[in-house]
Parts: sequence; C-alpha cells; structure tokens
Amino acid sequence: MDYQNFLRLEFYSLPVNVALARVAVAAFAAQLNYTVSELDDIKGAVSEAVSNAIIHGYEGAPDQLVKVVAVIRENELEIVVEDSGKGIGNVEEVLRPGFSTAKDRLGLGFSFIGSFMDTADVQSAPGRGTRVIMTKKAAHRNDADPH
Amino acid sequence: MIGLESRGQTLIARLAGELDLQVADELRGRLDEALEAHGAVHLVLNLEGVSFIDSACLGVILGRYKRIASNQGTLVFVAIPPRVRRVLELSGLMRICREFPTEEAALTGTGQEVDE
Repeated sequence: MDYQNFLRLEFYSLPVNVALARVAVAAFAAQLNYTVSELDDIKGAVSEAVSNAIIHGYEGAPDQLVKVVAVIRENELEIVVEDSGKGIGNVEEVLRPGFSTAKDRLGLGFSFIGSFMDTADVQSAPGRGTRVIMTKKAAHRNDADPH
Repeated sequence: MIGLESRGQTLIARLAGELDLQVADELRGRLDEALEAHGAVHLVLNLEGVSFIDSACLGVILGRYKRIASNQGTLVFVAIPPRVRRVLELSGLMRICREFPTEEAALTGTGQEVDE
C-alpha cells in the first residue's frame, strides 16, 4: 500500500487545546493499522509535546501559536509539534528523565514520548522555539495481526 | 473530574475523565484543599473512571505523594485501568505507591502500612 496524507493544526497555547490536538492526531492516525493501545500511545505523545510547548516554550502565555503537523507515509506516521517560544539551551539536559524546571512536574515528558513512539527527536535553540519530531510505524494492512 | 470522601485519617479521591494540563491546577487545588480540610494523613486515589492521564497530572500525584510521605502517610491507588497502568509504570509511581483492588482493601491497607 502506498498511502500518503497530511494534517496541519495551528492553535493558541491554551491548556484546553491539548486534548483537541491529541484527539485530532489520533483520529488522523487511525487511518493506519494501529491497535487501540498504539493509538493511546500516540495520544500520550502528542499530549506531552503540546503541553511542553505551552508550559515551557511559551511559559503559560495563552495567545501564542502551537503548530502540529502529522504526515502519513505508507505505514508510518510522523508528528511534528512546534512552538516559537523561548527554546531550550541544553537539549540533552531536558531529555534526561527526571529533569524539570517546573514545580510538580515529573520531568518525564520527553521520556514518555520516547516510550510511546518509535523515534523522537528534539530540535531547539534559545529564543528560536522548539520542534519535537516523532514517528511510529503501524502494521501493514495485509499482515496477519491478532489485534 | 474528582469526587472526595473523608474516612477517618484517609481521604478517598475518585478521579474521572481525561487528566491532562487542562485540569492539573484544579486537581492540585482540590486535593490540597481536601487534605488540609480533613487533616487527612493517607490518600486513596481511585482511578477507575480515568480515561487518559499524562505527565501534567502525574506530576500533581507525585507532588501529593511527597507531601503525604513527609507526614508519614501513604498514597495508594485503587482500580487502575490498563491504559493508566502503563503510564503509572513508566512514571515510576507504581514503584513507590501500593495498589489495591478496592477502596475497602485500600482503607485496611493504609491503616496497616509498615515499611519494608
């Protein structure tokens, strides 16, 4: 199967939009042959990335733009979550489990994304925003899949 | 999102719905307010109605755990749905908090906690 599709979302950096983003991307992802559990993983990953953009990228400012692009290429989904916020000086530091700059935050956002998705990459520079790029493969439609 | 019941030294919080950044502040406020108001030592979190949870609200739970543990109390989970279990395990919370099948078992358990 050679299938391609594209989704782009852009919304204000409001906490209410975290659910919107994960539900929209999961509905888009459902075009591929994911299990319910894999779709839950995709929801979780989008939730973490968009929450990070709002809390850390924009430091809670409600009127900034978060961009989400999802692309289907054959049986793989790529999701890009992007903000134009303050950016990250030391990307390796934030990728370390348990690292957090905020009170009552687990510091596990990126670690969760790594568990939920096949690949996850963070591109960022101070003052220039942050882009999280993640991919996950689905089983081929014609695979004998018990799910 | 949250139902609260006080039983002796234990606060039972029944959580429901999608627990993400949108409700994190309210969850933190409601839990802290109830723990304060009832002078509760232990916290039982019934997760039966939770359909989604991410690190925003897991952070709130971890914060309550720290507060309760510092007062020699215990935080335990009841009725963890499969999806929520996966995230609780990834977060490490399952390693520091016990789990009970029912609220009654949890109430007995929190009354008899001993350090390993």
